[in-house]
Amino acid sequence: MAFLDVHDLSVGIGTLQPLDRISFALDKGQILGLVGESGSGKSLTAMGLMGLLPLIGGRVTGGSIRLDGSELTDLAEPAYRALRGRRMALISQNPMTSLDPMVRVGEQVDQVSRMHLGLSGAAARSRSIDLLTQLRIPEAATVHRQYPHQMSGGMKQRVVIAMALAGDPELIIADEPTTALDVTIQAQIIQILVDLVRSRGLALVLITHDMGVVAQACDRVVVLYAGRVAEANVVADIFARPAHPYTRSLIECIPRDGQAPGSLKGIPGIVPSVGNYAAGCRFHPRCALAQAVCQQQVPPLQTQGQGQVACHFSAAPSDG
Amino acid sequence: MLVYLIRRLLLLLPVFLAVSMVVFMIIHLVPGDPIDNMVQIGASPQQRAILVARYGLDQPLLVQYGVWLRNMLGGDMGDAIVMRQPVIDLIAENLPHSLRLGGLAFLFSTIVGITTGALAAVYKDSWIDRSVMTLILLGSTLPSFWLGLLLILLFAVQLEWFPVSGARTWTALVLPVLTIGLHGVALVSRVTRAAMLDVGRRDFVLMLHAKGLSHRRIQLQHVLRHALLPVATILSLRIGWIVGGAVTIEFVFARPGLGSLLITSLAQRDYPVVQGCLLMLAMAVMLGTLLGDLVQAAMDPRIREQLR
Amino acid sequence: MTGRIRTSALWRALRTWRGALSLGCLMLVALVAVLAPWVAPYAYDIQNLSATNQAPSQAHWLGTDEFGRDVLSRIIHGARTSLSVAMAAIGVSVLMGMCLGAAAAYFGGALDRAISAVVDLTWSFPEVLIALIFVAILGPGLYSTMIAISIAYLAQFSRLTRAQILAIKGETYVEAATSLGGGHLHIVFRHLLPNALTPVIVAGMLATGDAIILEATLGFFGLGVQPPKPSWGAMMASGTAQIFLAPWTIIGPGAAIALAVLSINQFGDALIEALDIRSRLRET
Repeated sequence: MAFLDVHDLSVGIGTLQPLDRISFALDKGQILGLVGESGSGKSLTAMGLMGLLPLIGGRVTGGSIRLDGSELTDLAEPAYRALRGRRMALISQNPMTSLDPMVRVGEQVDQVSRMHLGLSGAAARSRSIDLLTQLRIPEAATVHRQYPHQMSGGMKQRVVIAMALAGDPELIIADEPTTALDVTIQAQIIQILVDLVRSRGLALVLITHDMGVVAQACDRVVVLYAGRVAEANVVADIFARPAHPYTRSLIECIPRDGQAPGSLKGIPGIVPSVGNYAAGCRFHPRCALAQAVCQQQVPPLQTQGQGQVACHFSAAPSDG
Repeated sequence: MLVYLIRRLLLLLPVFLAVSMVVFMIIHLVPGDPIDNMVQIGASPQQRAILVARYGLDQPLLVQYGVWLRNMLGGDMGDAIVMRQPVIDLIAENLPHSLRLGGLAFLFSTIVGITTGALAAVYKDSWIDRSVMTLILLGSTLPSFWLGLLLILLFAVQLEWFPVSGARTWTALVLPVLTIGLHGVALVSRVTRAAMLDVGRRDFVLMLHAKGLSHRRIQLQHVLRHALLPVATILSLRIGWIVGGAVTIEFVFARPGLGSLLITSLAQRDYPVVQGCLLMLAMAVMLGTLLGDLVQAAMDPRIREQLR
Repeated sequence: MTGRIRTSALWRALRTWRGALSLGCLMLVALVAVLAPWVAPYAYDIQNLSATNQAPSQAHWLGTDEFGRDVLSRIIHGARTSLSVAMAAIGVSVLMGMCLGAAAAYFGGALDRAISAVVDLTWSFPEVLIALIFVAILGPGLYSTMIAISIAYLAQFSRLTRAQILAIKGETYVEAATSLGGGHLHIVFRHLLPNALTPVIVAGMLATGDAIILEATLGFFGLGVQPPKPSWGAMMASGTAQIFLAPWTIIGPGAAIALAVLSINQFGDALIEALDIRSRLRET
């Protein structure tokens, strides 16, 4: 049994169904990439895993989430709260707004150790300073006493990571941890996360829209489109032989060295909003291979080698 | 912080000068000779001459203003026409009553307002929330002096729990404070609730949930602190309403105080008293606003660094 | 097109319970005020010294006051006074405020700073105090009350107008710079400006409620409209002298004020929601 096992998870908000039967599995020491454009449901998956859907008016409408064998979807709130910050932690998108602007950053990290590990004030403080140092924040003791507005974006994100680690979690969900940061900082943060996974044996769900990040860091990847899984596979295979047309387009979109100017590719059309999903395969309006069957039947998720794919024409070999 | 305080005080200076100029001009804008408006009916030419010398009434307006201002700040506010006392004495008699009323009303509004607003936000959409919203509605639309009169009717006339008017006992403070306070509670409560709901939608609150804190703890220990900032802002902007409310309610309850003094002297056309009261009340508003700004700066580390 | 948006917003506001009920109340009050001489059972100044301070009865639905005058009729006539004073004062205030605010926003620079300095000065002071200052200068009475109220609320409208115009100034200059002629200026005046000024109009409406209270307060102090013209505030003032004998002389006028103000505020709120301009009503 995998450490984190998500099976046919569906999420509803109001009368809409933004996530439809998402499945993936993850073991400790592994990094799973969750890829998709904005609107594909990536953040909702993160919220769903953390049990925070009620905060945005959503709820789990089907499927299961198992963490280390125990089912999360029917967990009562106090029990879920005991898990959050302790066994599973969230790193969210925008470090600029993730921290409480009126509290010193050190205190915000301390809070987790005090609450979940029962540490005293002084012990929590030295633990936090340790963590900050491990995350390569210089002069951690000084930084501990600073306010968020006195720090750069990259530093803030490291603090957020420290906050996530303070409770000694086994699962980390990182929702686009580098999107709001400078390109130069992005690589550093990703590397920090990778090192953490390897050194501490954590399980990491890395949510991103950037296939480049996936290539750099992930072991497995799940490609989401419009609330459904389009394709899932180990990273090496998915880049070598992308089976879903959407995946192929995503990979082609990655800018390459030596690319001729003006040849940067995009995917025609835009991601549909939740109420406007197409019938059958939700990608077919933007797909070069679309045929009549694509509109009539939802393509089932079929296993192919080490991965799964949801496309009527996925048997076609990739063309580079 | 000290630098901020000094800068704010400096900003206050031109405001004070402008307001004092307006108050000063009242006597000169009223129809009739300024001397007639400062002197008792039937005063002798010698008494008039003394006044002219004292206030420099034969000098250009700007000089008169200077003399007046210097006198005022030195404690010489002129003599009341009707009550035949130095104005400063009248003000000294009445000021403590107003301070007591205003201070208590402010404390009452702030404490009760923040409490109800916070409860309404934490238990949003429950019966607590709905009751608080009704209270807010009533407090903001009912004219305060009517409310005061109703309270007098019910609690003083019918039930005889409190005195109808005056300031002889401390119980006489209850109804007036309640009257001014209810309006204030409505304001503070509304802002607190709205601010807490607004802050509750921010990203860092999501992270607090992700860390495993409970909803109530997040609201009361984290969100409330943020919400207090807009509350302090609103309070410091509207500190004037306490002064305005006190003026009205003192009159309604026939309590001694700057407000009653102002209204009666207006009706009697006792201009020196009017000027003295207006100046004091205006200063109260300015000081209140300043205090409000200082409290905000103390609460939010970001404001201290703005220095604007 | 903007005209159509606003009327459709009006319909939307009316479709809510709050909007319809409050507008209904408002129209009732306004109608009563306008038709006062015909609606009131008695004239407001008929004294009947043998029937002073009578409790509400068949003949006098809300009782009589200390001169034997019918309270209900006086309240109805008082509506005329209070409403007209408040509306006139706020109307003038809105117009003056719009001019000041527009001038400050459009010309900017030193003029802006000067106007803003004066406006901000009055803005932090309670309206009662400002009104009292002007009553001090002008003496009590109908016209000084109107002037006092106008000036007391001036700051609010000036600041709002200035904020609104500043917001569109940035956009329209860009448009004008790339314009092909009068077409864009035409758009500015026919569409953008009316849209920008909608919050000011709605704020004016809400301020009318406050103005009614302010007028009544001044009347209560004895500094407002002078007798024999009935005003709600003055009625309540003389009522306090009879507080032990005839409480209805206080309750009646106060309830009338509360009703008028409540319906104005509720309708204003309903309009704000329908027009969705709550954020634009902030003055900074």
